[in-house]
Amino acid sequence: MSEQDRPKHASPERPGLAALRGRLEGARGPEFWRSLEELAGDEAFQELLHREFPRQASEWTEGLDRRRFLQLAGASLALAGLACTRQPLERIVPYVRQPEEIIPGRPQFYATAMTLGGYALGLLVESHEGRPTKVEGNPQHPASLGATNAFAQAAVLGLYDPDRSQLLLKLGEISTWASFLESLRGRLQAQRSLKGAGLRILTETVTSPTLAAQIRSLLALYPKAKWHQYEPAGRDMARLGARMAFGRFVETRFDFGKADVVFSLDADFPAAGPGAVRYTRDFTDRRRRRDGRAAQGRLYVVESAPTLAGTLADHHVTVRAGEVPVLAQALAAALEVPGVPRPAAAPASPFVTAAAADLRAHAGRSLVLAGEYAPPEVHALAHAMNHHLGNAGATVLHTDPVEAEPVDQAASLGELVGEMRAGHVDILAILGGNPVFTAPADFRFGEALGKVPLRIHLNGERDETAEYCHWHVPEAHFLEAWSDARAHDGTATVIQPLIAPLYGGRSAHELLSVFTDDTPRSGYDTVRDFWRGRTGTAGFEAFWRKALHDGVVPGTALPSRTLPLLASAVPEAVAAIALAGAAEAKASLAGQETCELVFRPDPTIHDGRFANNGWLQELPKPLSSLTWDNAAFIGPAAAARTGLVNGAVVEIVAGGKSVQAPVWILPGHPDGSMTVTLGYGRRKSGRVAKGAGFDPYVLRDSTAPWLLPKVSFRPTGEHRALAATQHHFNMEGRDLVRVATLEEMRADPECIKRMGETPPKDQNLYPGFAYPGQAWGMAIDLSACTGCNACVVACQAENNIPVVGKEQVLRGREMHWLRVDRYYQGDPEDPETHHQPVMCMHCEQAPCEVVCPVGATNHNSEGLNVMVYNRCVGTRYCSNNCPYKVRRFNFLKYNDETTPVLKLLHNPDVTVRSRGVMEKCTYCVQRINEARIDSEREGRDLRDGEITTACQQACPSQAIVFGDINDGKSRVSAWKSEPSGYGLLEGLNTRPRTTYLAKLRNPNPALRPDKGRDRG
Amino acid sequence: MPQIFHRSTNTLSRFTIYAAAFLLAGLMWIVMAVARSPYTTGQGVVLEQPVPFSHEHHVAGLGIDCRYCHTSVETSAFAGMPPSATCINCHKMIWTNSAMLEPVRASFRTGQPLRWTRVNDLPDFVFFNHSIHVAKGIGCASCHGRVDRMPLMYQAVSLQMEWCLDCHRRPENHLRPRSEVFNLGWQADDQQALGKRLAREYRVRSVSDLTSCSTCHR
Repeated sequence: MSEQDRPKHASPERPGLAALRGRLEGARGPEFWRSLEELAGDEAFQELLHREFPRQASEWTEGLDRRRFLQLAGASLALAGLACTRQPLERIVPYVRQPEEIIPGRPQFYATAMTLGGYALGLLVESHEGRPTKVEGNPQHPASLGATNAFAQAAVLGLYDPDRSQLLLKLGEISTWASFLESLRGRLQAQRSLKGAGLRILTETVTSPTLAAQIRSLLALYPKAKWHQYEPAGRDMARLGARMAFGRFVETRFDFGKADVVFSLDADFPAAGPGAVRYTRDFTDRRRRRDGRAAQGRLYVVESAPTLAGTLADHHVTVRAGEVPVLAQALAAALEVPGVPRPAAAPASPFVTAAAADLRAHAGRSLVLAGEYAPPEVHALAHAMNHHLGNAGATVLHTDPVEAEPVDQAASLGELVGEMRAGHVDILAILGGNPVFTAPADFRFGEALGKVPLRIHLNGERDETAEYCHWHVPEAHFLEAWSDARAHDGTATVIQPLIAPLYGGRSAHELLSVFTDDTPRSGYDTVRDFWRGRTGTAGFEAFWRKALHDGVVPGTALPSRTLPLLASAVPEAVAAIALAGAAEAKASLAGQETCELVFRPDPTIHDGRFANNGWLQELPKPLSSLTWDNAAFIGPAAAARTGLVNGAVVEIVAGGKSVQAPVWILPGHPDGSMTVTLGYGRRKSGRVAKGAGFDPYVLRDSTAPWLLPKVSFRPTGEHRALAATQHHFNMEGRDLVRVATLEEMRADPECIKRMGETPPKDQNLYPGFAYPGQAWGMAIDLSACTGCNACVVACQAENNIPVVGKEQVLRGREMHWLRVDRYYQGDPEDPETHHQPVMCMHCEQAPCEVVCPVGATNHNSEGLNVMVYNRCVGTRYCSNNCPYKVRRFNFLKYNDETTPVLKLLHNPDVTVRSRGVMEKCTYCVQRINEARIDSEREGRDLRDGEITTACQQACPSQAIVFGDINDGKSRVSAWKSEPSGYGLLEGLNTRPRTTYLAKLRNPNPALRPDKGRDRG
Repeated sequence: MPQIFHRSTNTLSRFTIYAAAFLLAGLMWIVMAVARSPYTTGQGVVLEQPVPFSHEHHVAGLGIDCRYCHTSVETSAFAGMPPSATCINCHKMIWTNSAMLEPVRASFRTGQPLRWTRVNDLPDFVFFNHSIHVAKGIGCASCHGRVDRMPLMYQAVSLQMEWCLDCHRRPENHLRPRSEVFNLGWQADDQQALGKRLAREYRVRSVSDLTSCSTCHR
């Protein structure tokens, strides 16, 4: 793709792209901007900027007259008197027989794992007297290494969700497990004589060895029964690509720790796929040599919509999803992979040529990645390129499949639907998942399901599929049930429960046992017996205890295998690309209101399974910063051409089906393309998910699960308010995020420091304050931050931060103590994107402290800027005076203190704040205190690294480090002394304790841009 | 025009102004007195409990160590309340038919826990840690009083913030050797000298550390 081929339009009456570009060109130096409105100098944006809390943040939007004021003042006085009640009596309820291992008041940690798409992420879960409150990563688990993603962090809220399915239902009426067993037993007897000809099991992707063994024994008992799998955001593309390349299903995993040059073909490796958390860590560890001396790795990204990988890239190009295969072929041709002709459609671009040269120069130490959602031919070509470069066996490891039974899932579900429609299915057991909502629209799954005489559904939520089934069995949460699962490298983990099922839920193991055993067995027995069968009885107890303790079963990682590439792989892939290219040419997207439609799982609610999780709904989505909604993402060029604005509702029409979606303009999104995320628009769900977003599944086809080559869209004239947080708590475009290239750093190590002013230490009217003991500080590496937002949810879980809801987010009242700001740099059509986590800076000379009339915020002896909730009277002066906009005010009573099950969720070490109280990041002071008390009780000094903040612990790329800055040998001191270190708004002489390391990029000298831009 | 106000009005108004000042001061004194009174703080008030447990009998009479029941006092923020099983350890042998102990036996039989009323109750925004106080040489009696002289348990001190700060500002007034922490009747010969020595020896943190808000509030 080159700049010239792209159609550019700018309507004269709107501030078009040309005007925005003009604005950028008029500016000196690198210009950073947060949104298109900011760049355009929009009036509404200015209003947002100049008010402490944006529009309508105050309760009274209309004027207040004298009479109203007196009424309110009188009422407040009267209520103030009423509010003083005596402290209620509290009960202490000790154990009757106290378990030996429990010390009341001290949490315990248990190793377990969470699965997403079937693959395990190892976890350590904190339990307070038997109630899980916080999830951490398991440092011994290969997919985690101690870090987590946002989904895992939000798992505890999923457990305590009051809207979870709590009752076993028969045709929507309350029933019992016993009557379920009874009614099933007769039908199963009949099936036994038919050898199970009418019995079908539908699962999601299964890596659990125990579950697979159970299903296999079921298939042995009912030889004509069938097992189908379907995962809406599954890995069919990778599977089919591996089959094209190697003739069979093969698992591919990557060793980013050995890769110097990485080329991503629409692969969002920090966000998507089974190894994402681990890959992020390996990738940043490899690059974490910021001294400018050693050669840093380089990342090239081709993306079809802005991705996290693209924001990390040293070079990225944006193309439509339909153009990715051609680009893959162009790269393969430039690498001289045998049998790959140069594609006719794409002229040789300097980007591809330079990247190919770089990859070849690092043969064996490079990596070509194909996106999870890129078509199979791209995967096959990526395999061919890695083989050609000698990466296979070095940075690319092929193993046997991790999945128990890899299949083409779309075909598997299609076969099931065909049989259901033909009336061959008598009993269908749906073990997890919500296929009525998520199945490809062309299957009309719900309709076919109606033809099955007995339909059983196991899920944790009373969802769309439950409505279509005779029996709905509430599924136990993974923190409530025994199971096992495997990680991306095959390592097995025994999933152990932290709590007994809150609502009598059952696991898939227990439900399957009904089919195979005369007396149904418990999940514990099933899982334990499976592993006993594996290891033998001798020494089993020791093995079992160690496996549970460590959270990994030793020796279960799959060995790497050397696989030859099929001779047919490359020709087949090239032919497929040519075919798709021809279709693409025919589609001709030149028309006014047509484009390709790209589907992606949602970054926070995935395929819809987390839709009822308030933490994930309110988590600003990386890059778009939307909350509580999905949107149809379009690029600025398309917006300028069609006159669409953020929130304008369009009707998207494809193949006779249509959906109405609000538009969101995403800088860097390619023209001629529209991206929608799945999982929203739930028709049957809990209270949280109700009414959020629209449902793109209705347009999704089994033949084109991730990309519809041509859809048309038409503005409806309606508008939907979208709660995006990108303007909230804005800091007025000062020099906040600093970026340099390695080359610039090498030439001038002071270049980062010079971008802002640092006042000398003695410049102060007040006498200085000494910190003789510890002085806590934090450093954040902007080069490492991927913007994944796991830290935000971790902070929310650790610090009892409430969910406020869409309407309150629209008023700018979200409560997250930690936000990840996103900055753009350069051309709106293809900007560089930078992430910057911002929380309380714990200024040594904090502007908030001096304005508090009641002394509710002040300094402690270690330099923490502390907030005393019980003193706070809610004047909000502190927030007004905070240059970083990190203080959050409880405008309403956001914390739910009445729903009984939600009381279990709270961290007992942190105060639950009520209405009218200011709050902010505390550096996880509860963790500092706990660690210090432990060290003092043991009579030793605190060790560096002993205290980790919640955000630091969750971070997959280890971008945050916390510690004692008085200790010269601590990691945080080392980071802070880097030449790229700087403080935010240091010119104000606030002396922030949290500082940043500038984002360092390593662009290829061969692609030196002439105008500060690098384009394909 | 005659005077509207009689001359005595001058005296009366002077008196009223002075009296108002005293009245205001008096009112404030009453408010402060109420705030510090046992009515507000609960100091010295005996609360109803499921079993009228006597610390005097068990501690002074029988010589049972505090830690026999409050097991986690040295390791955790929470001192620990004995599970019913701990009571039954002895009471399966003695007073096995006492009507007073029926709730304990019932709890042990049925598995339903006893529900004690918290006597020393801090507000929810205060985070007190028993283990560190014990480790630094603060005796049980410093906060809980002479529990060995309490037939029924009550709160011995006000537990108001000024009371906490009193010790956090001058810890030497209350430090004792670690060996005497659980000795309720222990008295120092020269508390000041001993306290200062122990503060150094036990590395008690500085007053500015101990009086930082985040030491107790988070």
